[in-house]
Amino acid sequence: MADKGKLAIYWAASCGGCEISILAINEKILDVAAAFDIVFCPCIMDTKARDVEKMPDGTIDVCLFNGGIRTSEQEYMARLLRQKSKVLVAFGSCAQEGCIPGLANVTDRAEIFDAVYCTSASVDNPGRAVPQTETRVNGFLLSLPVFYDTVRTLGQTVPVDYYLPGCPPEAPRIWDAIVAILEGKLPAPGSVIGAQTTVCDECPRQRNEKKVKAFKRTWQIIPDEDTCLLEQGLLCCGPATRAGCDARCPRVNSPCIGCYGPNAGVQDQGARLMTALASVIDSQDPAEIDRIISEGIPDPVGTFYRFSLANSLLRRAAKVPDEQRHELPLPKAAGAQE
Amino acid sequence: MERERFEPRIIGFFCNWCSYRAADGAGTARVKYAPNVRVIRLMCSGRVDPSFVLKALASGADGVLIAGCHPGECHYIEQNYKTMRRYAMLTQTLRALGISERRVRLVWASAAEGTQLAAAVDEMVEDLRLLGPLHWSANLREEDHEAAFEHILHEHEQAMEVTR
Ligand code: SF4
Ligand code: SF4
Ligand code: FES
Repeated sequence: MADKGKLAIYWAASCGGCEISILAINEKILDVAAAFDIVFCPCIMDTKARDVEKMPDGTIDVCLFNGGIRTSEQEYMARLLRQKSKVLVAFGSCAQEGCIPGLANVTDRAEIFDAVYCTSASVDNPGRAVPQTETRVNGFLLSLPVFYDTVRTLGQTVPVDYYLPGCPPEAPRIWDAIVAILEGKLPAPGSVIGAQTTVCDECPRQRNEKKVKAFKRTWQIIPDEDTCLLEQGLLCCGPATRAGCDARCPRVNSPCIGCYGPNAGVQDQGARLMTALASVIDSQDPAEIDRIISEGIPDPVGTFYRFSLANSLLRRAAKVPDEQRHELPLPKAAGAQE
Repeated sequence: MERERFEPRIIGFFCNWCSYRAADGAGTARVKYAPNVRVIRLMCSGRVDPSFVLKALASGADGVLIAGCHPGECHYIEQNYKTMRRYAMLTQTLRALGISERRVRLVWASAAEGTQLAAAVDEMVEDLRLLGPLHWSANLREEDHEAAFEHILHEHEQAMEVTR
């Protein structure tokens, strides 16, 4: 068994879907098992941080790390696995760009604790007890990791060798990556293992001229099966999202919500999407444009940055919003003659 | 002693054909206006990708001023209408992230409107003085980060001692 590689699979701030997506490669998992010993994977086997700590540096050949960094414990594991791994892969959207856990970057620890432990409808907590990092029980000090204000990506925490996008990554793309690793045919370190183009490129729908007067929510219309969804007023993120899923959602009549992250060469997926939509909105009147957007896109952050807020240029919301700092009258309407 | 006056740092993205010339004209005509805008000349306001604005704000700017030809007068036909729509999406997004639209302004100025452009700059500078610095990087600082990490490192080291 000496020539077998050593594989680690770890999770941080994630949902567990990435582990399941690995199993979606079906019987090929046997090929993985033939090529690698899994030395660390708390999801499926009884392995502890201790086991990793005892390994000499660089022992693990490949570590597939899913999840963002929300707590000090996750940061510790990220640094530990970086030290012990030859190749560290940010596996899936959470590790690459924060994903849904990263959307909590619109708020902070105090507000999250308040919502979860105090004010949520199903909670009865009149004493407003919230988790502390330390407590004494029978003279022993027990501790919990620190919960950070801001979710960070794996790449913002430690150097990452490769990124595998998707929420979760599609099985064929996982297999492509495993083959690339096994055959040593990897791209330059730091790159995304995946397609260069956008979801639109893989989408079979008919495209004509895109001109919309209103964005519609998915429950408001039953879209026709053949025409581009964006042309029908559904906010499809295809033009700003990396290909790789074979346009899975548009193929079943549902708009792409952007889970493969920004396409190659783009850092800020939301900015890209705004640029794309600017050509689609059919109005030249600032007030009408404002209305089309506020009515059709009531949650712009959750729409433009559903998966990528933590890795966007701003990364999070302001801790103290401008509106709370000063009470001033608004300036003249956008685009008004100065 | 009077407190030092806050001098906002503003990044300007000015269209080559109109606003940049307007700014130039204002200079030639010796119109006095606030020196707080660092102007970047682009061929058209339609070149302003929202990521330029976000990057400026993330990197320390207190505000961004986009200036282009009047609607209908863009040299690339209707690019500035796209600017108008991008601007609307961007400011609605920024508002949700706690950044006021006072910090990101869009003005139209023809090559002859140097005085108007200068006035718009002055107005924005005054406005940002009231609003205060943006100082975006402060939002990313994690108060107890170092201590938290030291603590967990120490714990794991201790645990290793016990099992040895
Ligand atoms: S916008 Fe959506 S529906 Fe239209 S072509 Fe692109 S991926 Fe397909
Ligand atoms: S279509 Fe978009 S949201 Fe759906 S799987 Fe593909 S990238 Fe993800
Ligand atoms: S050329 Fe001036 S805004 Fe397009």
